[in-house]
Amino acid sequence: MAEPLLEVKDLTVHFPTEDGLVKAVDGISFSLAPGETLGVVGESGSGKSVSFLTVMGLIHSDQAVIEGEVIFQGQDLLKLPAEEMRNIRGARISMIFQDPMTSLHPYYKVGTQISEAVRTHQKVSKKEAHDQAVEMLRKVGIPRPDERAKQYPHEFSGGMRQRAMIAMALSLNPDLLIADEPTTALDVTVQAQILDLIDRLKQEFNAAVVIITHDLGVVAEHCDAIQVMYAGKAVEFGGRRDIYYGSHHPYTWGLLRSIARLDEDSKERLHPIKGLPPSLINVPPGCAFNPRCPYVMDICRTETPALLPSDGHHASACHLSLADKERILKEEVMARS
Amino acid sequence: MSLDVSQSVAPTTEVGRVPLIKLEGVRKFFPVTQGILFQHKIGNVHAVDGVDLEVYPGETVGLVGETGCGKSTLARVIMRLYDATEGRISFDGRDITHLKGRELREQRRNMQMIFQDPFASLNPRKTVGSIIGEPFKLHKMVAKDRIKPEVQQLMELVGLSPEHYNRFPHEFSGGQRQRIGVARALALRPKLIVCDEPVSALDVSIQAQILNLLEDLQAEFNLTYLFIAHDLAVVKHVSDRVAVMYLGKIVEMAEGATLYKTPKHPYTGALLSAVPIADPDLAAAKKRIILEGDVPSPIDPPSGCRFHPRCPSAQLPRCKDEEPLLLPQHPGQVAACHFPLEDRADILPIGS
Repeated sequence: MAEPLLEVKDLTVHFPTEDGLVKAVDGISFSLAPGETLGVVGESGSGKSVSFLTVMGLIHSDQAVIEGEVIFQGQDLLKLPAEEMRNIRGARISMIFQDPMTSLHPYYKVGTQISEAVRTHQKVSKKEAHDQAVEMLRKVGIPRPDERAKQYPHEFSGGMRQRAMIAMALSLNPDLLIADEPTTALDVTVQAQILDLIDRLKQEFNAAVVIITHDLGVVAEHCDAIQVMYAGKAVEFGGRRDIYYGSHHPYTWGLLRSIARLDEDSKERLHPIKGLPPSLINVPPGCAFNPRCPYVMDICRTETPALLPSDGHHASACHLSLADKERILKEEVMARS
Repeated sequence: MSLDVSQSVAPTTEVGRVPLIKLEGVRKFFPVTQGILFQHKIGNVHAVDGVDLEVYPGETVGLVGETGCGKSTLARVIMRLYDATEGRISFDGRDITHLKGRELREQRRNMQMIFQDPFASLNPRKTVGSIIGEPFKLHKMVAKDRIKPEVQQLMELVGLSPEHYNRFPHEFSGGQRQRIGVARALALRPKLIVCDEPVSALDVSIQAQILNLLEDLQAEFNLTYLFIAHDLAVVKHVSDRVAVMYLGKIVEMAEGATLYKTPKHPYTGALLSAVPIADPDLAAAKKRIILEGDVPSPIDPPSGCRFHPRCPSAQLPRCKDEEPLLLPQHPGQVAACHFPLEDRADILPIGS
């Protein structure tokens, strides 16, 4: 494999609070190659956003106890001084957020906001930065970009705002784009447009993309590799086919079985995962998923399973034997469709 | 639009039965005003623009469409939270369009609503017990000393622990709060429950719990649901019949399986093809209909067929000039399109 663009090693992010230590991210490791799309799936509170906010350097050591390494193009971002991190953020790594209304400034024109990002990192005149902003708006498929650049965010629809956010994020040609629930607030038709746009721009700019989402459908259509997170840990990591057709973790099975699917003919009952995600202050001992797991064994309550590879780079953190996993997968999980 | 399409929309077994909810030509316009001191009307938002719909007892009708298509407004018009600008709403054969005061209050016993956001729809300063018990007090249906046991029974019914009677909403998770909302809606044993995006604020593993709960309750109490959601997979799963709305109008309606297998309206086809499928191989085989642009403004909707500016199969000038009517397609299916889609199963590969 080529030199990874981003390599995260044993990252932990713990927030001290009055109620106790919140273990938002508790030891995750993964790497991302240039041009690859990684999907990060998990429910709210699984640590998926916090881990990438940390990668972006948006969570500081005065807010949280951060340990581990985040190696981006050979540099450990966690050890960089704030000044240097600022040069990387926005220019080489950029991020788009779930809610495009709250991430654009309501008082400034859209074009101004994009050209500000350009001028922060490049020595160009206002005119040139503005032209660049208009060009980016055109690239993300906004009609009449020169007029649109002079408008305020409230004059844009939700999908248009998200396009403007993407234009801003890509205006400096970053090597890594982190998209945190980029389409959750949008309608399906607009979601499809935005995801296609991200795919197309990824090719054009040759960037690596991380899509953080709770939607297993989005991941199935747009990601090469997938990381499934639960209670601050990665419970499974693998290629797209590994996760959808050969998953080895009861939580992933639970997710796959609990969603209603359009392509299914029957009105079969859904199979929810019983119980609730745990509090991150009081994570169950052993495997964090054990109170909700239908296949729980004694060892699960005492020993935390490690994320172990089974074949290639497909890895899962579960005490079940490989034979049991294969059997359950075949008889119960895949039997559904 | 006075063409009698109701017979063809109704599921074949229902012909002759009295619908629980019947809408005839319902419109809801919101005025758009200009000026601060001297406000004058400059136009109307055509939120709901001529909807005919029948919902039969015990069935679940799904309502899908993009943001701003008027689906939530329609729900609120049915609930009589908004007054219809035009048209007629009947409940169980009785015209409720202009009910007022006590009569309206009594009617509301029969229809309740579950809202999208379980964080905003529960009063944070009241205990769960008093939230669920509120309908009993309002409608004086249950003696005061019977309220607590009734509420606790409801809590058990929706899967909440009755000991949590005195807790406050913030002590519950999103899924549990939605259960509180369900218990409150169920308190008066209504006939109709309007569910407005009941699971879209919840995590996937919790969504399935709530959907199963709604199914169980429907079987137990013979409830009728009007189920509004933008997640087509969820709507397909819960609904017997599905209506697709676009800019204030129903553009297609059919039994769930028919609609998903043979969509007739290009808008339905586009919506279906945009839904991501959690199966990489099927997703790759899916035929995509890409829609350009956004939903036009409902203040000044396009002429003729409202979908024509975005429609991949629009043929001018007919689609621009002539408004299509909801016409029968397959049995139990109606669609409003001059050039309906052919029966192509390949828009959506169906898993075997």
